[in-house]
Amino acid sequence: MIALSPSAPPGVLTSEAHCADLCCYPTRGQYFALVASFKADDFEMCVDLCGVDYLEHPDRALPQGVMRTRFEVVVNLLSLSKRQRVRVRVQAGDDEPEVDSLFVLFPGTEAMEREAFDLYGVLFTNHPDLTRILMPEEWEGHPLRKDYGSGRVPVQFKEAPGPR
Amino acid sequence: MSDDTVRTVERFDRLTAETSEGAQELLRRDVTKAPEIGREVGSVLRVDGHSFDPNSVDYERRDDETMIINMGPSHPSTHGVLRLMLELDGEFVLRTKPVIGYLHTGMEKTGEELSYVQGATNVTRMDYLSPVINELCYSMAVEKLLGIDVPERAIWIRMMMSELNRMSSHLVWMATNGMDLGSTSMMIYGLRERELILAFFEKTAGLRLNLNYVRPGGVAADLPDGWQDDVLVICDTIYERTFEYDQLLTGQPIFRQRLIGVAPMTAEEALALCVTGPLLRSTGVPWDLRRTMPYLAYDQVEFDVIVGTYGDNFDRYAIRLNEIRESIRIVRQCIDMMPTGDYRSQDPKVTPPPRARIGESMEALIHHFKLFTEGFHVPAGEVYMAVESPRGELGCYLVADGGPKPYRMHTRAPSFVNLQAVPLLMRGGMVSDAITVISTVDPVMGEVDR
Repeated sequence: MIALSPSAPPGVLTSEAHCADLCCYPTRGQYFALVASFKADDFEMCVDLCGVDYLEHPDRALPQGVMRTRFEVVVNLLSLSKRQRVRVRVQAGDDEPEVDSLFVLFPGTEAMEREAFDLYGVLFTNHPDLTRILMPEEWEGHPLRKDYGSGRVPVQFKEAPGPR
Repeated sequence: MSDDTVRTVERFDRLTAETSEGAQELLRRDVTKAPEIGREVGSVLRVDGHSFDPNSVDYERRDDETMIINMGPSHPSTHGVLRLMLELDGEFVLRTKPVIGYLHTGMEKTGEELSYVQGATNVTRMDYLSPVINELCYSMAVEKLLGIDVPERAIWIRMMMSELNRMSSHLVWMATNGMDLGSTSMMIYGLRERELILAFFEKTAGLRLNLNYVRPGGVAADLPDGWQDDVLVICDTIYERTFEYDQLLTGQPIFRQRLIGVAPMTAEEALALCVTGPLLRSTGVPWDLRRTMPYLAYDQVEFDVIVGTYGDNFDRYAIRLNEIRESIRIVRQCIDMMPTGDYRSQDPKVTPPPRARIGESMEALIHHFKLFTEGFHVPAGEVYMAVESPRGELGCYLVADGGPKPYRMHTRAPSFVNLQAVPLLMRGGMVSDAITVISTVDPVMGEVDR
């Protein structure tokens, strides 16, 4: 387990994690500053960003003091020079999940944030082009949410009539 | 006659409206915000201060001077259903935007509805050119959460199959890349050599593609009798033929002119865009997870990480060609060093009882039945496991809640992220270079759209 850099915002909770050197649990306010401090600390690459919907597990195991919300955004950072991985799990909110976009730090998160928006409805503040990426433009709902019934919509094509 | 068969203006309007992707498409300049234009021209480094201001890009251009055209989704050179929208000034590409999702089948959602035993059949269909490596990544993530160890022989079988798969994936790339650049003979040769590997896969796992061979706990079956001879023949044949490719392509003047110096990328740009794999290595960053964060037994074999210099199309070509040779080197060492023993974990939690026991023991029958209907339970936790696929870092983020199915299964698809480099690489190039850029970025749409 590695220590947070001195430039990280104070009070970020951390724990150990599988296949990573550190797991951090910032609040929404600390999130951007924390990732920026990691970037300044030689974590050159944001390899992965995805959303998780914890609708069925509101009381999941997290370190003492983390305010659990329904949606989480999970970011995996990679340091090529130090050969370390860090995971950042930010609690994104319940009804209108929203976190800061990492686009200005890592332009490569652009598509990943669009994917999280598309599939979970997580909003990313200051994202240059927050549109759907995998689903059709007029699709209603966010399919990877746990309250989205898969199989609710019969398989159909655009020509076919019928309610969506 | 039905309304749909009559060619009318209304019908075209309606079809356009029905097939439109709205804001996902590349829009006219006068309705696009400055940051979005900046991204579409690939200005990735503006945050570091040593790149251009998105507002100053082509400010003199107007919409009536340029043309927005579609390439794809059904274009022969787009390797599936990639749709690129290009803004052209004559023959030159100004802005590019990939529009994806045409192959989206909700595989991450499906992954949440399949048990851990069935999950490998799902992930193997994502990157359909490297199924073994997809299964490997998923299985290693499950094993990490379960906390079980895999026998030594299974590790080496997995490594050998991964490298054979990497060879076959790169051979398909060599073939399609040759096809895109007008060398149709390469198409035939690449697929011919790949057939050798697929035949061995069929002999081992029973299937040519989508093997479901690597499973949590080990592999599905032991290697067939006489596998050493088969694999040696594959290695010898393909190694010899890589030099024929050199003769056919590497030294060929037209081929070189279409690749050398075309679509270069710097290491800073590659890191900012989070691209991995041959794209990142072509810029001179020696990052290969097999070497830098070894998994399986890659720390016990000798191989070289192939690194480029200029990050242009030719570097990406040369890296893939030489990675075939390095994979052959690893496979040869696997033949020599293959340990004996079990090919799957003997932990009864994940491994069904042997077939002979099922006929004579009621408990074994029940155990087998439970394992394949309900599946095994994985303790709650989360893990991000990454392996080096032929296209870059393939990651599997798995959240378990103690039940027999994953609560969340996310795949970090290397092609999905690498596709973001396309606008940067295409900017300022010709339309014909756009084809080579798609080809050398090597996206597999099954993995991009998942």
